[in-house]
Amino acid sequence: MYKIMASKLNRRIKEYFMLAVANLFHRKLRSWLTMIGIFIGIAAVVSLISLGQGMKDAIFSQFSALGSDNIIIQAKQATFGPPGSSAANPLTKDDRNIIKKSRGVELVATRLIKAVQLDFDKKTFFRYAATFPDDSDGRNFLIERFKFKIEKGRFIEIGEKNKIIVGQNYAAEPVLDRELRVGDKLSINKKEVEIVGILAKTGNPQYDRTIFLNEEALREIINLEDRIDIIIAKTSNEEDVEQVVETIKKNLRNHRNVEKDKEDFEVQTSQQLISSLGTILTIVTAVLVGIAMISIIVGGVGITNTMYTAVLERTKEIGIMKAIGARNSDVLLIFLMESGLLGIVGGIIGVCLGIALSKTVEIIAANALGSELIKASFPPVLIIGALLFSFLVGAISGTSPAIQAAKLKPVDALNQE
Amino acid sequence: MPETIIELNNVWKTYYMGNNEVHALQGISLKVKKGEFVAIMGPSGSGKSTAMNMIGCLDVPSKGEVYLSGKDIMNMSESNLAQVRGRKIGFIFQKFNLINTLTAKENVILPMILQDMTKQERELKAYEILKLVDLTDRMNHRPNELSGGQQQRVAIARSMAMNPEVILADEPTGNLDSKSGSTVISFLKKLHKEKGTTIVMVTHDEHIAHNAERIEYIKDGKIEKVKHNK
Repeated sequence: MYKIMASKLNRRIKEYFMLAVANLFHRKLRSWLTMIGIFIGIAAVVSLISLGQGMKDAIFSQFSALGSDNIIIQAKQATFGPPGSSAANPLTKDDRNIIKKSRGVELVATRLIKAVQLDFDKKTFFRYAATFPDDSDGRNFLIERFKFKIEKGRFIEIGEKNKIIVGQNYAAEPVLDRELRVGDKLSINKKEVEIVGILAKTGNPQYDRTIFLNEEALREIINLEDRIDIIIAKTSNEEDVEQVVETIKKNLRNHRNVEKDKEDFEVQTSQQLISSLGTILTIVTAVLVGIAMISIIVGGVGITNTMYTAVLERTKEIGIMKAIGARNSDVLLIFLMESGLLGIVGGIIGVCLGIALSKTVEIIAANALGSELIKASFPPVLIIGALLFSFLVGAISGTSPAIQAAKLKPVDALNQE
Repeated sequence: MPETIIELNNVWKTYYMGNNEVHALQGISLKVKKGEFVAIMGPSGSGKSTAMNMIGCLDVPSKGEVYLSGKDIMNMSESNLAQVRGRKIGFIFQKFNLINTLTAKENVILPMILQDMTKQERELKAYEILKLVDLTDRMNHRPNELSGGQQQRVAIARSMAMNPEVILADEPTGNLDSKSGSTVISFLKKLHKEKGTTIVMVTHDEHIAHNAERIEYIKDGKIEKVKHNK
């Protein structure tokens, strides 16, 4: 019995689907206009989520290579930017020594990351320069941690002042007017340096566009005295990372003379760094998606409006249907299907538009920024979710008009002109 | 004794217009028996349309009972009534009342969909009926591509879709020229004679009413007189 009912319902849904399609086709222009609201909203949501997700994926994959036994120490930033760039109270060499002496710390590596002026072939460019520490432990740790490999030429030796190595992009693309080669000379903040090596692709687009030199060399060029942008501490094998973090925090607080919870520095494990970045991205994505949702709601109201109009226009038709045997549930189903269809077709177009949009952003970003960081990602759950959601918006928006249609009395509906 | 398909027993229908009560029907009783051809006649405003709605179970009385195959329709749920109506009663309207977005064939098929007929059955049946009304060559046209007479023939075909026990025709020739009108009437007569279909026809045209076996005259919401032909 149940089976027969189920198969009847199934067949009805199929038939009514055809009826609904016929009705929508009959009012092509209006159907299109109604769907615009939905598909703009869905397109915005899909592209925002896919770009947000893509950025998160890229960041996660880069950071997961870093290992979890590392601790990253930076001064608190006033604004966004590379580590140390806007710190009120930057880290210094003293801080480094305090950290190095902390219990559980095996070794430390210091880094500077600075925007510098490059002059090459009488043209001026601004790019990031990063440093290698001038001690072999720190340097080896850093090279191993970031998996730096030389593709052409050699690494810079400790103590070398006017030699640099450059990221892969400088050799692969005309980043500075033309592709660079080992032996090329250029100047950093007016000081001439020579390229002795080219790094193999690191997989991190930031590094592939960075030039590298010794810490002391950069310190001299831009007169940084003893400030440090970022300190990476490696914990000894047997130590608990969280415990070491607390020790470093305590020691730095004492040295810098700040109270607990009012630190002007940050001590994070790689794991924490990933999750805090992930959280920021999630929040930003959520806010943007929330805004895009407004468009979907407006689209839903558009569907409600269209369906009310349809009920008014087709009152007589509803009367005829009822006279020839349509039950309330049949009328309800037909109208719900129409509004659901408006929703889902809008959704399909929206998803396609959204994919196209985020792919475009990805390509533009890759060309303009040379960064592969923005990579659109389309997990199936996003596509299916968006379609399901658009169908639901359609069906829910159509519920009230459909109920109104279903409740019409046959005799009243038939007498409508 | 042929069974009674539709019975109206002392049916009243009262409308309220502001504070005024308007009694469209004032205690009508009539029976439609299987195989009959009944005409309901009356001037406009006599209540014949309201009576037609009652006979077709499209409306419920304010007072009195309407029986469809012996069952009081007041005891049926609206959905149940719709299903029974779809199976037992075929409607033909003055203004054809076809669905404009559907082709002639689809219009004929619609009642069958509502009764869950399978696709093969439907296609076969629709073709068969459309052949009966001589419209197989126009079956893929939409109503607005058909003449009035053709549209009414599609409506007749639709009314026959479920082999109903009774066909209700409300001024079926009202919107047609006399030639198309007489074609429609001849189809109804043929149905009645060859298939034994029960037919109830509402009209204000004495001439057309005389095709029926029995004429019920309505005036002021009451049956004024009954006339048996032949």
